[in-house]
Amino acid sequence: MSKIVLEHIDKYYGESHVLRDINLTIEDGEFMTLLGPSGCGKTTTLRVISGLEKPQNGKMTINDAVVIDADNAFYEEPAKRGLNLVFQSYALWPHMTVFENVAFGLKIKKVPKDEIEEKVMGSLRTMRIDQYRDRYPNELSGGQQQRVAIARAIASSPKLLLLDEPLSNLDARLRIDMRAELKRLHKETGTTIVYVTHDQVEALTMSTRIALFKEGEIAQIDTPLGIYTNPIDLTAADFIGNPRINFIDAKAFYNGDTMTVKSPFGTYEFKHETLKLDEEIPENEEFDCVMGLRPELVDISLEDPGKKHTIEANVYASQPAGSETIVNLTVGEADFIALQIGLVEYDMNEKVYVTLHPSRMNVYNKETGRLIKFAKVKHHAGEE
Amino acid sequence: MAKTKSKQPRKPLTKERLKNQIRNVVGNPFNMIVFFSLLILFCLIIIPLLNMIQNSFVVAKAELRSIPGAKIGDYTLYYWKYLLASPLTKTIFWEPLVHSLLIGALTTVISVPVGALIAWLMVRSDIPGKRVISSLILIPYMIPSWCKAMSWLSVFRNSRSGSLGLLTGLGIDIPDWLAYGPIAIVLVMCMHYYAFSYIMVSGALRSINSELEEMGEIQGASKTQILAHITLPLVLPSILSATIMTISKSIGTYGVAANLGNRIGYYVLATRMKEFINDSPKGVGYAMSILMISLAAVTILVNQKLIGTRKSYATIGGKGTRSNLIPLGGAKWPLMIFLIIFLFVSMFLPLFVLVMESFQIMPGAGYGADNLTLYAWIGEIENAPSELYAQNGLFKNSEFGRACLNTAKLSIIASIITSFCGQFLGYITTRGRGKWYGKLTEQLIFIPYLMPGVAFSAIYFSMFSQPRLGGLIPSLYGTFTLILLVSIVKHFPFASRSGQSNMLQIAIELEEAASIEGASFWKRIAKIVIPLAKNGFLSGFLLTFISIAKELDLIAILMTPANYTLSFLSFEYSKEAMPQVADAICIVIIVFILVCNRIANRLGGDVSKSM
Repeated sequence: MSKIVLEHIDKYYGESHVLRDINLTIEDGEFMTLLGPSGCGKTTTLRVISGLEKPQNGKMTINDAVVIDADNAFYEEPAKRGLNLVFQSYALWPHMTVFENVAFGLKIKKVPKDEIEEKVMGSLRTMRIDQYRDRYPNELSGGQQQRVAIARAIASSPKLLLLDEPLSNLDARLRIDMRAELKRLHKETGTTIVYVTHDQVEALTMSTRIALFKEGEIAQIDTPLGIYTNPIDLTAADFIGNPRINFIDAKAFYNGDTMTVKSPFGTYEFKHETLKLDEEIPENEEFDCVMGLRPELVDISLEDPGKKHTIEANVYASQPAGSETIVNLTVGEADFIALQIGLVEYDMNEKVYVTLHPSRMNVYNKETGRLIKFAKVKHHAGEE
Repeated sequence: MAKTKSKQPRKPLTKERLKNQIRNVVGNPFNMIVFFSLLILFCLIIIPLLNMIQNSFVVAKAELRSIPGAKIGDYTLYYWKYLLASPLTKTIFWEPLVHSLLIGALTTVISVPVGALIAWLMVRSDIPGKRVISSLILIPYMIPSWCKAMSWLSVFRNSRSGSLGLLTGLGIDIPDWLAYGPIAIVLVMCMHYYAFSYIMVSGALRSINSELEEMGEIQGASKTQILAHITLPLVLPSILSATIMTISKSIGTYGVAANLGNRIGYYVLATRMKEFINDSPKGVGYAMSILMISLAAVTILVNQKLIGTRKSYATIGGKGTRSNLIPLGGAKWPLMIFLIIFLFVSMFLPLFVLVMESFQIMPGAGYGADNLTLYAWIGEIENAPSELYAQNGLFKNSEFGRACLNTAKLSIIASIITSFCGQFLGYITTRGRGKWYGKLTEQLIFIPYLMPGVAFSAIYFSMFSQPRLGGLIPSLYGTFTLILLVSIVKHFPFASRSGQSNMLQIAIELEEAASIEGASFWKRIAKIVIPLAKNGFLSGFLLTFISIAKELDLIAILMTPANYTLSFLSFEYSKEAMPQVADAICIVIIVFILVCNRIANRLGGDVSKSM
């Protein structure tokens, strides 16, 4: 239950400029995910919020109370910020039982014994591990240790919960279960959560908003749907989405009103309203662009369906994977991927018909790498 | 990640900022501990060293008459000239230097290959009896080197020493050059320092991916080719390390050289230096000590240069750590016999000879029942079977009792203090890894390791044989405290390495989690660090304890009769005509060490870490 505001946060390790002018507002009750590849600064940002790292520049407030003021060398102690942190490695104390691990913080705060019992057992019950209260961490499985770490973090009912890649040490199946648990936890407690991960599926399924990090800066802050449908640049587009987005090289011409894009799939015209006008778009000259096309938005049929924007394509390879099939296709010089639900078999070099939806494509300025044409978020069946 | 290099922003200094910065530094107990540790290390290591360097240039009272027109405290080159440019220089410097270098070189040339060979046999070959051999192979190392010197004497001693050795007693004429001097010293030290190269090379061999050798075999290389072109280059860093360590330890050796060299006038740097420090001019002794330290520093720097960051070729990746043993074929039995002989000569024989000699009435007169007595252990001088006996038997000997007490006092107190300090220093170096204070602490702690034991105690002798700080610290000349202090500081490197590996096991996140839960620095130490560090502490403590208990070289200069430890008592007795009681003390020490080592192993301690 707290609102966090980060302003102009800079962090250096020696001469290495690890966090660059981070500005981020996390609203009360949000589930904010810090997403990005390894080394982009997301864990450092989390540690700055927790107080384990001190930024050389910037300000941070929690519910309008100043906790970081780098100009005055003021850094509030972690314990006084009303937050708790779940480490990637769990950091459970091996010489204490599960109960003692979870009760540690409460004992330090000199909470009375019966209250400790109540809070700890409540926390263990929420994470469904109350029967392990007297076990030691090395007697538990990875998933159980994970739950203990989370139980420890929520026992003191913190206003802010920080999680550092908590699911990365779990196997795939357990990860899916734990994602559901965390989402429920968020709904039940209403605590503000800041979550760090490199896994975009986690980010998309659990967050209210995502902050996408790139090389120490925040590239984009948006809802999961917003980031998925309209990634702000080529790197973001490439990072989000599984299988990855299709990039098709094309040539664009913008006359101030309409943008015409010539691609191996055909020529498309995009109206003024769909363009992102705060970006650099060269006027009245042909320029290189890249079209972004999500694999699931490519419809394949064996016969010509007679719809607009249908073209012939060649099957390069197909990969049936049980619940879905990935099909590698070529059109002229361009190659791309389509995703079909269910098991479908295609022969190599088979000719198929591919229907595209240009209104749901992104267009990027190749030189700047930035998004210049929005994709429509939803569409009704039958639309272009 | 593209990390651009940029300068950190400079902040304007305001009152608020200054106040907070001071509070951040002073309010963190860790910073205070680092500060005081650095201060103490500086006072215990740098200042005494500088003090001794200074003393080698300053006129002392005892030389007032030798330096015309001088007053106490004047600057002078007298001592250095005495050492390096006087008519005595050949005897007191060049000869001992050449002897030290010779011994260092020969010991290294013999013991490093021997140790490496044994390591290879134990790790890589299919030699039989590995279980038994590996439990025995480090026992020779645990027998103090001066004890081995004594058992050498008991085999080879001739009439020059006032009593006969085993061989002479059997009628075999043993010449001086075999019984004493460089050959004796080198052979005894080889039987001791082989352990360095054994431990380092076997460690390196174990970490090498066996697939590298298997690949050579598939390509058609013969066993010798694989050994020469694949295995050897990969273990080269560890061999180099062992070489440098052996050289520097053997150049600075005291006990063995004193036992085997003094009686025929064969001196090394350490034995000469002790003479100067115990008598005069002390300044010359200090000058010698500085030269010895420089020599050791040069060898270690050469080691760093040659090895650099390639500390070992521990191969990364791949799964092949299952080692397929290399069959020895026809060479198996000869090599096995070699190993057996080696163990026999370096472990069984010395122990046997020492034990038997302690029971003899006349050394060298054989082991017949008429020559055996329990006198050395429990006899009283009135009932001595021979008037050549100078002391009571061990357990009726008050000097022995006092030496036991002194050794116990010294070992227990010193090892407790140094082990605690070691844990703290280990904490500072691990938590401060990469930071300036972590590196500085590591470097300061490394300095006592650089110095030969005698040179190190010379530093303390020079510093504390006068009152310091205007009387705050009285003169510690001849006191137990000085011996204690020297033992503590000289073992800092080992204790802090043990502390380091202990602390590395405790992930910093365990402390971070505690600090987020609200635990203060001291609470974290008490509730998290100490409970987890307990076991590592115990085994490190025991190993330090053993090392201090058998120490001779380090404390020889500082010894006075009231403070005799067991090792020094034995050393003194061994200089006399009748060595039996000295042998008995040796045995007591050896048994004690073996027992303690066993306990330490049970608790997870590893003697190879003491290197």
